[in-house]
Order: sequence, then C-alpha cells, then structure tokens
Amino acid sequence: MEILFKKLTQLSASLLFVILAATTAVLYLSAKPAIEEFGAGFLFESRWGVEEQVTMDGDMPIGVTESGVELSDDDFIDDDDDDFISDDDSEAGSGSREIYGALVPIVGTIFSTLIAMLFSIPIAMGIAVFLSEIAASSIAKPVGVAIELLASIPSIIYGMWGLFYFGPFIANIFGGNTVSLLVAGLVLAIMVIPFMAALSRDAISTVPDMLKESAYAMGATKLEVIKDVVFPYAKSGIIGSIILSFGRALGETMAVAFVIGGVYQFASKVTDPTNSIPVVLANSFSESSGMSLSVLFYLALILFILSFIVIGAAKFYFLRRK
Amino acid sequence: MRLFMNRLFLAFSTVAAAIGLFFLGWILYTLCAKGLAGLSLHVFTHDLIEGGLRNVIIGQLIMSGVATLIGIPVGILAGIYLQEYGGNSKLTEFIRDLSDVMMSAPSIVVGTFVYAIVVMPTGHTSGWAGILALFILMVPIIVRTTDDMLKLVPVELREAGIAIGASKYHVTMNIVIRYAKAGILTGILLAFARVVGETAPLLYTSGSSEFWSTDLTGTFPSLTVSIYNLATMPDEEMVQLGWTGAFLLTTMVLIINLLGRYASNKTRR
Repeated sequence: MEILFKKLTQLSASLLFVILAATTAVLYLSAKPAIEEFGAGFLFESRWGVEEQVTMDGDMPIGVTESGVELSDDDFIDDDDDDFISDDDSEAGSGSREIYGALVPIVGTIFSTLIAMLFSIPIAMGIAVFLSEIAASSIAKPVGVAIELLASIPSIIYGMWGLFYFGPFIANIFGGNTVSLLVAGLVLAIMVIPFMAALSRDAISTVPDMLKESAYAMGATKLEVIKDVVFPYAKSGIIGSIILSFGRALGETMAVAFVIGGVYQFASKVTDPTNSIPVVLANSFSESSGMSLSVLFYLALILFILSFIVIGAAKFYFLRRK
Repeated sequence: MRLFMNRLFLAFSTVAAAIGLFFLGWILYTLCAKGLAGLSLHVFTHDLIEGGLRNVIIGQLIMSGVATLIGIPVGILAGIYLQEYGGNSKLTEFIRDLSDVMMSAPSIVVGTFVYAIVVMPTGHTSGWAGILALFILMVPIIVRTTDDMLKLVPVELREAGIAIGASKYHVTMNIVIRYAKAGILTGILLAFARVVGETAPLLYTSGSSEFWSTDLTGTFPSLTVSIYNLATMPDEEMVQLGWTGAFLLTTMVLIINLLGRYASNKTRR
C-alpha cells in the first residue's frame, strides 16, 4: 500500500511533465511540414493563403491571386485551399504554391497586447493603490472582493460585450470600424484589469505597515510614501502581475475573436480590423487540412513559445523576490 | 507643491479606479439586462434546436464535471508528491515550474494539441476530446493549490503521526490531507469555475451540438461554444439566446467562486 501510494503520486507528478513534453512534441511534429516548407521566413511573410505560380525557373511569381485575404466573415480559409495543396509538389514544374506567412497575426497579437497593457497598467495600479492605501476598509473590502470575482468572469463574456456594445461605442468616438485593433486591445485591457489589480493589491499588501508608518512619521505625503516606499518594496510582485497579465492577454482567444475582425491585413490605423494568432487558430482550424492545417500548428507552436518566454520572465521576477 | 502633487495623485488613482469599475459595471449591467430579458422556463426545458439551452448547459456541466473527477485524484496525488515525497530536490522545483507554465499556457494551444492527438485520429469531434482539453487545463491548478495547502500543514503534525508508528501513507491521508481539506476543496472549486467558462479549447475538440446527447464519443453540446456561435448569428432571437446563455454561464461561475470563497473562509476560523 505504502509503495503503491508513493508510485501513484510519482506517476501523477510525472504526468505533468509528460503532458507538456507531448504538447511541444505534437505541435512540432504537426507543424513540421510547414516549418520545412516555409522555414523561419514564415515569421516575416505577410501573405496568407495566397496562391503563387511556380515556374520552371523557381519561385517567379507570375500571377498572385488573393484567395484568403478579403474574407471578413467567419470562414477565413477557403475550403478550396485543399485542392491546391495536393498538386503542390507533384507538379514541381509549373504548379501553384500556397504562400502562408504569420506576420499579420503576429503583429496583430503583439499590438493588441501592447494597447491592452498601455491602458490596463495605469488603471489597474490606480485600483490597487486605491484599494490598499486610499479607500476606507468598509469600501475597500467589498470592492476588492468584486474585483476578484470579476477576474473570474469567462473571457467570452468580455468578447460578446465588446462586439455588441463597446465596439460601436468606440467607433462612435474615434470613427472607423466597430471591430478593430483598438477595440480588441481595449477589450483585452478591460479583461485583464481585475486580474492585474488583484495581484498588484496582494503585492502591495505585503509591504510592512512599519515601513509606511515610519515614512509618514517623517512627514511624507501619501504620494511620497507610495512612490518611495510601497512601490519599491512591492516592485517585483507588481512587475510579476503585469507580466502574467501580459501573458494572459497574449494567448486570449475569445475576448479578441469577436472584436478584432479576423482579416489578413495589417491595420494601417488602429481603428482598422486585423488578426491575431489565437483568433486565426480559433476560426480556421476545423476547416483546414494538409498544409493549411500544418501552418496552423506552426502558428500554435509560435504562440506556445511566446507565452513560454513570458511566463519564464514572470517566474524570474517572482523568484527574485524570495 | 508637495501637497498639491499628493492631491493630484490621489485624485488620479481614485479616477482610475472609478474608470475601471465603471467599465466592469457596464459589462455586468449589460449582461443582466440582456440576459434576464430572454430568461424563461423554456430555456431550461428545451434543447438548442427548439430555442432552449438545456442540452448545452448539461453538456458543459458533464464535460467540466468529468474533467474535474479525473483531475482531482491526479492533481491531488501530484501535489502530495511535490510536498510529501519530493523534498527540496531539483526535480520537485522543476515540476512546480512546469505546472506554472501549464497554468498560464494559452488555452487555445491546449485545444490544438488535443485536436492533433484525439480529433485527427478519430476523425471527428467528441466529448472525450473536450474533457481531455479541460483536464489538461485544470490539473496544474489543482496541483499548485494542493501543493500550497499542504505546505501550510505544520510539520509537528506529521512528526506526531510518524512518532505513533503510522506509515507515511496513513499520515498523509488521515492527518495531512484532513488538515488541508477545506483549502484543497477551494482550489478544486476555483479550478472547476475556471474550466466551466472555457471556450477556446472546446471549439474544435468537443464542438457543439444542437441536440440532446450523453454520448461522449460523439460531438458534444457545449454552452460556451454555443454562445460563440449564437452571438455571431445574424438572427436577433439567436443573439438573444446567446446573451441568456452568457448570463447563465456567468451566474454559474460566480456562484462556484463564492462557494469556494465560503469554504476557504470557514477554514480560517
């Protein structure tokens, strides 16, 4: 019994490792055809699902038909993409070849996340400071609980609200589309605010009262105490909360899927629709096969690695605190 | 000047807090206003095909429930290993880091993984694929809470158990786990609340169905995926049903969270 139990616990613990390793391996293997086909250039190629004529000489583009670019509805990848793939390499002479590039969704992901951070950091910090240093505990407590509960609301709710209410609201103010990079960034911001605020407040509450009281006794104002005592002390916790929120916004699918537009083009203005990696994955997966599917796995792998780096950074900051 | 800056700063934080809370309040208001408008008994007694939500709610609960049932033993056992058997070895730290990484991995990536290992070989979406995706998402959460909760158990309790000749297994199951029970329960409830609202990993693993189904080997009805589908339909009525679903989903998640909170408050007393 004793040994069996120990073995069971070991098995469960190693399962975590197995799942993570399997995820990486499966994503890599599924993405392999695409990685071999497009290599690292995939990251810098902005065309998606574009058919390119291949002549005897090599990759001379003759006619470029934009098959996957102008779609604005839910189905981004044409079903007839699959037909082209089959004669990709079989007629190496003068077949057509599909070009896929991840640049649009990568740029869209990064920019929507940055917009989200730009707006959520000051507001979340404001809430955290308000809750821990300004508000009376009779207000701070219920508001704090409310913030924590709001952090648990499923992201699809934020997306739906963004589509029907917030998008039109933003379009009224700034013009442009009701679905756009800006709306996506702002919906993400609103989504991560409660999460970031709750974590930062926890970090701020670890500051010993003694430190703050000493500063007040020296005649410091609240601003000075917060700026010179509280923030430096809670710095790593606060930065950790920002990085975790960054990671959350980066991999968020549902809140963005409703409001980013899902078109394979760069947003020349922030009020233009564009695309992001999770949204491409969410929208195109079930209709893809062959190379177009492999390309999606490549995208998933990129997203996985990106979030891996972000979490690594967060861990680094949290570890330094200890 | 100092006092002025101070005032300015305090005003800024308060305004920032007010702005944040305003938007969050707006979301909740919309959700209630739109959700309650379509709420009727019909929603609970009919399936999606007849304009109700019965099958998708039950489907979502079944998938999250089964994922939790499988996730609980695995997560708790792994947590026990980290705290009771692993010691302070590098391996233990490594597994802790891994579960942190998995906890923050984008849920859509988990979906792609399950799609590759289950949906592609079997050729169709299924309830089990959805369960697997949710399971992968929740296990690390349970592992980390169990780990944290067991850390709070005083060493003296373990020593006392060992001293009276109990085996490590007995000490763990009857003393340590019992002591940390409420905390672990909270962790499980929070993990359940988290996966119940997940959409992205279910999109192409379980899919969603308009019909009543309890067959986990086939495409399975899911509330969240249905909300996504309904909300993007041009039909007013469908969108309304989507809002009702969104309202019910949020209510469900918040209630589970409050339960978890209640359980953890009880321990502290």
